[in-house]
Amino acid sequence: MGKTIPVVEKITKANDQIAAMNRTRFDEHDIFSLNLMASPGAGKTSLIEKSIPLLADRFRLGVIEGDIATSLDADRTEAAGATSVQINAASCHLDAPMVSQGLDQLDLPSLDIIIVENVGNLVCPASWDLGTHLRVLIASVPEGDDKPFKYPAMYRGVDVLVINKIDLLPYVIFDMDRFREGVEALNRGVVTFPLSCQTGEGIGAWVDWVADQTRQTATL
Amino acid sequence: MPMHELPITRSLLDLAIRHAEAAGGGRITDLHLEVGRLSGVINRFVQFYWDIVTEGTPAEGALLHFKHIELEMECLGCGAVFNPEGDDYACTACSSTEVQVVDGEQFHLVSIDLEQDDSTMSEG
Repeated sequence: MGKTIPVVEKITKANDQIAAMNRTRFDEHDIFSLNLMASPGAGKTSLIEKSIPLLADRFRLGVIEGDIATSLDADRTEAAGATSVQINAASCHLDAPMVSQGLDQLDLPSLDIIIVENVGNLVCPASWDLGTHLRVLIASVPEGDDKPFKYPAMYRGVDVLVINKIDLLPYVIFDMDRFREGVEALNRGVVTFPLSCQTGEGIGAWVDWVADQTRQTATL
Repeated sequence: MPMHELPITRSLLDLAIRHAEAAGGGRITDLHLEVGRLSGVINRFVQFYWDIVTEGTPAEGALLHFKHIELEMECLGCGAVFNPEGDDYACTACSSTEVQVVDGEQFHLVSIDLEQDDSTMSEG
């Protein structure tokens, strides 16, 4: 005998439930949290590295590094002054249970900001909510202006867009109007920070914004 | 080859089995899915992993039915609703690039079909 059972649920529901638990842990400790996503080489670790010294006088930072094979990134962010934990991302993306394990290794009451550096990938991380307050995508101009069209799920699903390596704009083929057109179609009004981790241009605006968000989270 | 379909396929299996058990158990014969173009999920990779992860489970041999949901956008200028082709998101009616997404993001398990005999029913 056969019968049809209605379900109508998101397939990543189990992950999303753990993401919600992560979010509760952030909120209980007044921690502002970011999920940093990008393709390999776009500047995830560099942005964290550049931001830490500019935030460390006011806030205590923790970094959860998802890296497949090495602890190179965690070593860099630790050296820059943030408590860093390495989670073994035996995958192409981080998921909520992995971040939960990372949180277990951090002393949450002693932190104000946690940055989760996802695995370098523009496809897989888009499907997995980690429970952070905001999702940040770093696009770098050498990747080309067609990326919003090629990876729409990623561009659609983020709250903040950082455009890195703007110092290279004179040297690479990157039509900012076409890029922004794709971004706006998918994610209207997304907060955007054009900057260069190399020259430092634009980093101030980004850091001020992170500081504002952190204060707002703490007072909620 | 994108790898995230493997954990996605495992999540799909877990979700289906949970609902099958809640309905009294039995063999899962069919799963009906809705996959939006913006979901970033590629059907044939889910299918590839499905046959592997279901081995020895109540969903072994179950058929996956994918309903593809096109990307649908609405023009903020003229109000037209259209399905963009490829990398051209401009309004098909007035060419405006002031547009927004209205559909095509979902990745849902809509329903499952179960085969139950009298003994599974009484166990349930």
